[in-house]
Amino acid sequence: MNDRILRIALPLLMLVLVVLAWDLAVRLYAIPPYVLPGPGLVLATLNADAGLLWQSLLVTFTITFEGFMLAAVGGIVLAVAFNQWRLVEYSFYPYAVILQVTPIVAVAPLLLIYLPQPLAVLACAWIVAFFPVLANTTLGLNSVDHNLIALFDLYKASRWQVLWNLKLPAALPQMLAGLRIAGGLSLIGAVVAEIAAGSAGAGSGLAYRIAESGYRLNIPRMFAALLLLSLAGVAIFFALSALSYLALRRWHESAVRRER
Amino acid sequence: MTGAPTIVALRNVGKTYDSGTVALDGFNLDVQGGEFVALLGPSGCGKSTVLRIVAGLSEATQGAVERPDGNIGFVFQEPTLMPWASVATNVRLPLKLAHADDAQAHAAVVQALARVGLAEFAEAYPRELSGGMRMRASIARALVTEPQLMLMDEPFAALDEITRFKLNNDLLRVWQELRRTVIFVTHSVFESVYLSQRIVVMTPRPGRVFAEIPIAAPYPRDEHFRTSADYAATCRKVAEALEGAMAEGAS
Ligand SMILES: Nc1ncnc2c1ncn2[C@@H]1O[C@H](COP(=O)(O)OP(=O)(O)OP(=O)(O)O)[C@@H](O)[C@H]1O
Ligand SMILES: [Mg+2]
Repeated sequence: MNDRILRIALPLLMLVLVVLAWDLAVRLYAIPPYVLPGPGLVLATLNADAGLLWQSLLVTFTITFEGFMLAAVGGIVLAVAFNQWRLVEYSFYPYAVILQVTPIVAVAPLLLIYLPQPLAVLACAWIVAFFPVLANTTLGLNSVDHNLIALFDLYKASRWQVLWNLKLPAALPQMLAGLRIAGGLSLIGAVVAEIAAGSAGAGSGLAYRIAESGYRLNIPRMFAALLLLSLAGVAIFFALSALSYLALRRWHESAVRRER
Repeated sequence: MTGAPTIVALRNVGKTYDSGTVALDGFNLDVQGGEFVALLGPSGCGKSTVLRIVAGLSEATQGAVERPDGNIGFVFQEPTLMPWASVATNVRLPLKLAHADDAQAHAAVVQALARVGLAEFAEAYPRELSGGMRMRASIARALVTEPQLMLMDEPFAALDEITRFKLNNDLLRVWQELRRTVIFVTHSVFESVYLSQRIVVMTPRPGRVFAEIPIAAPYPRDEHFRTSADYAATCRKVAEALEGAMAEGAS
């Protein structure tokens, strides 16, 4: 119980301290806002530009979500296919790795040439997010207790029964861990692509706002947009952690609270 | 058990693993319907290998194997339960895989759980059970199809003596109720004598049958039997046979 309060209270305390120090530094050294705006100014900007920033947040968030969903479905389906048909794994796995190790910042401009901008951004979000889902789910599917597999064999279970009743549930913890990583990464992918795209318009997301504010030396808005972006990241992380907890709380060591 | 049909027959069975390990060589075993046979031998002599071959989970590389095709129950050395499913769901698994009728499956699960004394824990998850209770859940799962042949691989090896004695008694009670065939692997002389009608003593790797010792004591066996002079004498005899088997392996 005490531990729980500390877990929430300490980070909040740190936040207050840092913001206070930040504010103090800005006032004390009279730092101009185009170098470092104070926290008050950032909040004021957030309020003043709320309409614009909110709309951009929505754009980025939607793309991130779509990229994440595609990555989740793609990663899981591909992992199952790899697990079921070895030849599929041999054929595609190297390319999944290549896709993963090539820095997305370098790929984004290329995608922007071949695809319309929204689609390119989505593709970037997908590319960076799908590999952890694939890798983790594959690991989960391959590390099922061999005695349980023998048991299913003994009862003459079909391949699909083994997949559905044994491998997928057994892989769930790793799959969820992969999804948690993918959530953060799809936001990164979307941001990278937006910055690479750099074109204005009604459909521009938060990352574009940051780049644009940078060109115009509108540093307070840059901070405000950055704040929103990291809040979005935190929200994604918490949502996926909650999902993971709900799915595993009854049985997996990572989620279960052991009574002593 | 004379006159009962032979349901398992291994003739000159050999098993060489891909690694080159010769686990079994010239192994012979006959088991009649309704019999309780114990396989006794030192660690690594191939007991699990025999059980896996009888279950059809592994192929013999030599010799002839006669075994029932289907309706075999297997109890592993570890409980081997699905941690994400409740005890009832775990026990029901064999019926589910066979697409059994829902109502019948439910009744069978309730009965199997009652047999091992876990009726109250049907909805518990494996991690909420003690080691002995998990083992009983695993036995209930093997019993739920009412298999004609039960294969048990050192199911109680990891348990403390008190729990082991209790589960031994439970197992004998169920066996007498159902009169199914049991092949029970153990490396405990005392356990093998207490439970079985016949003990097959194996030599160290490569495993062969060193001796077969019938245990004449009548059932039901209980704590009286466990403390009787007859039991002690039989245990001594079996222990000597086991020593003989080890000596043969060493030479
Ligand atoms: N899958 C396998 N691959 C290679 N070698 C194996 C395999 N399984 C068993 N062996 C070998 O076969 C021999 C017999 O193994 P087995 O598991 O049947 O012994 P056991 O009598 O059941 O031993 P224990 O009492 O320790 O369980 C051992 O030497 C082991 O190393
Ligand atoms: Mg073994």
